[in-house]
Amino acid sequence: MKVAIIQFPGSNCDWDAEHSVKDVMGIPAGRVWHKDKLPDGVEAVIVPGGFSFGDYLRCGAIARFSPIMNDIQTFADQGGQVLGICNGFQILCESGLLPGALVRNNCMEFRCINQSLTVENSNDRFNREVLGDHLSLPIAHGEGNFRADDSVLSDLETNQQVLLRYQPNPNGSVNDIAGIRNQAGNVYGMMPHPERAVEEHHPCMDGLPVMRAFLQPLLHSSPVELSA
Amino acid sequence: METTAASLPPNPDPCLNVEITPELVAQHGLLPEEYDQILNILGRTPNLTELGIFSVMWSEHCAYKNTRKLLKLFPTEKQDKDAIGQVLVKAGEENAGVIDVGEGWGVAFKIESHNHPSAIEPFEGAATGVGGIVRDIFTMGARPVLLTNSLRFGSLESSQVKRLFRGVVSGISHYGNCLGIPNMGGDVYFDDCYEGNPLVNALCAGILKHEEIQKGAATGVGNPVYYVGPGTGRDGLGGASFASRELTEESAEDRPAVQKGDPFMEKLLLEACLEMMSIPGLVVGIQDMGAAGLTCSTCETASRGESGIEIDLDLVPQRETGMNSYEIMLSESQERMLVIVTKGRERELEEVFEKWDLHAAHIGEVKEGDRMVVRHKGVVVADLPAKSLTDEAPVYDQPTSEPAHLAVAREWNLSSVPELASGGVESALLGLLQHPTIASKRWVWKQYDHMVMSGCKVEPGSDAGVVKLSIAGINKFLAIANDCNNRFCYLDPYAGAQIAFAECMRNLACSGARALAVTDNLNFGNPNKPEAYYMLKHCVTGLADACSYFDVPVVGGNVSLYNEHGDGAIDPTPVVSMVGLIDHADQVTRSAVQKAGMELLLLGGLPHELGGSYYLQTQFGKKEGTCPTVHLAAEKSLQDFLIAQIEEGKVHAAHDIAEGGLLVCLSEMLFDAKGLGASILLNDLGESGRLDALLFGESQARAVIAVSSQDKDKVIEAAEGFNLPVHALGQTNDSDQLEIEVSGNSVLRAKVSGLKDAWESAIPKHMDHA
Repeated sequence: MKVAIIQFPGSNCDWDAEHSVKDVMGIPAGRVWHKDKLPDGVEAVIVPGGFSFGDYLRCGAIARFSPIMNDIQTFADQGGQVLGICNGFQILCESGLLPGALVRNNCMEFRCINQSLTVENSNDRFNREVLGDHLSLPIAHGEGNFRADDSVLSDLETNQQVLLRYQPNPNGSVNDIAGIRNQAGNVYGMMPHPERAVEEHHPCMDGLPVMRAFLQPLLHSSPVELSA
Repeated sequence: METTAASLPPNPDPCLNVEITPELVAQHGLLPEEYDQILNILGRTPNLTELGIFSVMWSEHCAYKNTRKLLKLFPTEKQDKDAIGQVLVKAGEENAGVIDVGEGWGVAFKIESHNHPSAIEPFEGAATGVGGIVRDIFTMGARPVLLTNSLRFGSLESSQVKRLFRGVVSGISHYGNCLGIPNMGGDVYFDDCYEGNPLVNALCAGILKHEEIQKGAATGVGNPVYYVGPGTGRDGLGGASFASRELTEESAEDRPAVQKGDPFMEKLLLEACLEMMSIPGLVVGIQDMGAAGLTCSTCETASRGESGIEIDLDLVPQRETGMNSYEIMLSESQERMLVIVTKGRERELEEVFEKWDLHAAHIGEVKEGDRMVVRHKGVVVADLPAKSLTDEAPVYDQPTSEPAHLAVAREWNLSSVPELASGGVESALLGLLQHPTIASKRWVWKQYDHMVMSGCKVEPGSDAGVVKLSIAGINKFLAIANDCNNRFCYLDPYAGAQIAFAECMRNLACSGARALAVTDNLNFGNPNKPEAYYMLKHCVTGLADACSYFDVPVVGGNVSLYNEHGDGAIDPTPVVSMVGLIDHADQVTRSAVQKAGMELLLLGGLPHELGGSYYLQTQFGKKEGTCPTVHLAAEKSLQDFLIAQIEEGKVHAAHDIAEGGLLVCLSEMLFDAKGLGASILLNDLGESGRLDALLFGESQARAVIAVSSQDKDKVIEAAEGFNLPVHALGQTNDSDQLEIEVSGNSVLRAKVSGLKDAWESAIPKHMDHA
């Protein structure tokens, strides 16, 4: 497999992510159980949505201690491509791979809607030229309210690490932030679900260019070797 | 009870020391003659644990003792053996019915109520309602692919009702979202009759290969019996008997009878069970521990397997200390399953559950004979013939008496309603659009994850929810609709139940789906009251006759009686849920029109009946009148025509006429695309000669479709072949105005955006900042 979809107890968008990459985009992908090792030859990792470990304690707070997270940390440190979607984003924030935190929506309710988003010029893969100025993507979360302290927020903005902003804001996220990347540009996280907007029968197909933007380096790079 | 226990010699299990008194029998909801029957079966006095077991197994919830005879009226298989949708597992045979959807695939689906728990503890009650029905589906070996709910509440003016509504919706949202099964919405009605006794009916559908169907039978003497899932606690003690009596002011004290759900545990159990069932030949039988928990699962699997079963409660995982046999057997702790596996292959099951960090405890064995034997602390605490609990439960045919209001409804005359002047049309329409039953339910379904599993094709809010069966890798679409207008059932139970059926099937037809089968949830009052039983009997008869007429069998469902609170019974509410199939993506049809220049055609004739309508409710506060006439043949013509035209690609949008009548139907069709309007011309008032009945009457077997101008004449011509009256109403346009002219007089000129705002903000106005 080229793309590993991590399955935690309570993940529930793992099938969707695998389906979008493997069946829709035609890139070899498979699911990897959280207690297993990241297989050799993997070129990208997707941490999918869901309720890992029931979201008990805090979203992603238990999942970050799963054995697979050591491999993902190493993989990311070596420049491997990592995308966290929804609960996956929360896990990446909890594990420190991305800055900030996600807390309860300010409406205090779960929100499942097609959300309008504006695209930021973040890097050569995520920008308005590639993705267009606006996107519509499904959101489905109860805790998508992005929070960061002033200095982190200022760094995110200065370094153009913000990928997507809500318009209008459904959950109270600071600066309307819906998705960010790390400074190196290999770890991505977003609350919207691009994997749910890739097929004809979906409400829209704006997720496809987002998935392509993330997986684009696969076509050019050689696999990252995991050091033991 | 405790003083009696103290006076008897010590025993390792206190339940064996309790003297069974007539009071204790009555407390268990058993009639004296039922207790006599138990004495007869056993040839001795039962101990307390055994009495508890009989009490839950012979409750209405488990034994259908007041409805079993009536349920026999439902057709359980298709007459046409060549049609798609043949029944693979019939109603009552297993945890859920299964129907064929072609290409070797089947769909398991069922609806179940959790009314009483939700009245007391709305969040947990509704959440565990979802959990229970999902277990019924994956127990069959199916991967759950959709959820819906039928919900009924009192008036939103009441702060208590708001609390119940908010709690129920958030409980469903909490549980279903965590499981990752798309919730396609369903229906929500608000009526004073549900004040204090809300209805929470939850439906789940799942998909499986024919050869993957699992049985809930304990067979093969010597095969081990496993308990899987989290430990047993004291929660939900005797929930099944609690659900089988009326709610009273004191019901709040029954809180321990309400279970507490953990959707994360259920998700683990779901994945572990599906993984285990995918191992060929491992699982012999499987049954979830829902109502009546360990009791029901052991005696039902033994009874179905024509065998005996023996379990040891010391081996049951427990999360509370000091539980006695009565408590362990009657607990309704959630997310547990009973599994019978092939002897010698125990390790294979254990490995799957170790992976998912769940208990898998070997608690017993399948035995020869017919006894269900339960041990605790080295002593036999129950030794009963398994079939006596399932097949020998008493069956009653209760006396009936026609409620007085039915005759009044039959003799009602339209002339008793003051006529509506054309100046009053807009405010009447606004009144209807803002009634919470008719208003947008977006407030509800935006809290449900309806897009997970990448299958959602038509989001909630259209006539039916539609999901692509992507996860099975098949290119077909499953459509689901729920319906039941209680007002009609109250005014005429036979016709009202038929309307629930017809409207549900019409919703599927408007979506382009051919109906396959029904699951029903019969929500009624106390069956021991002759008036309530009359309503039940006539609703079931009406529904059964409609099912037979359309050859749409009932493959399962649920009965919830004793829905009473304060002023009396709820209106009869036989909720009908139907699944249908759509073969191609381009046949999936929505209720909303997307563009200007479309021709709107009214199919089925001009509405002319006001009896039981929401118009009478919103204008005059009345639930009265003669229920609209039901013509099953006309209904069939309409639906056959709808599907034929949709399959020919002629129908751009279709919406049935239901609550609120023609004007509400037209308004809703314009609410999706921004700036859309329509100009409607009606040449006469129709059969009633009245504006109110024409615009707001809820006459049956009617729908509005949108077709292109080029197809208009062809569609009208085709309708003649179906003997179906058609009225060309006018065109959609870009004006953001809904204009209606009747017999040359303008009766309405309203901004569509204004109407939409009223419709969309009605429920949020009650619920946000409240």
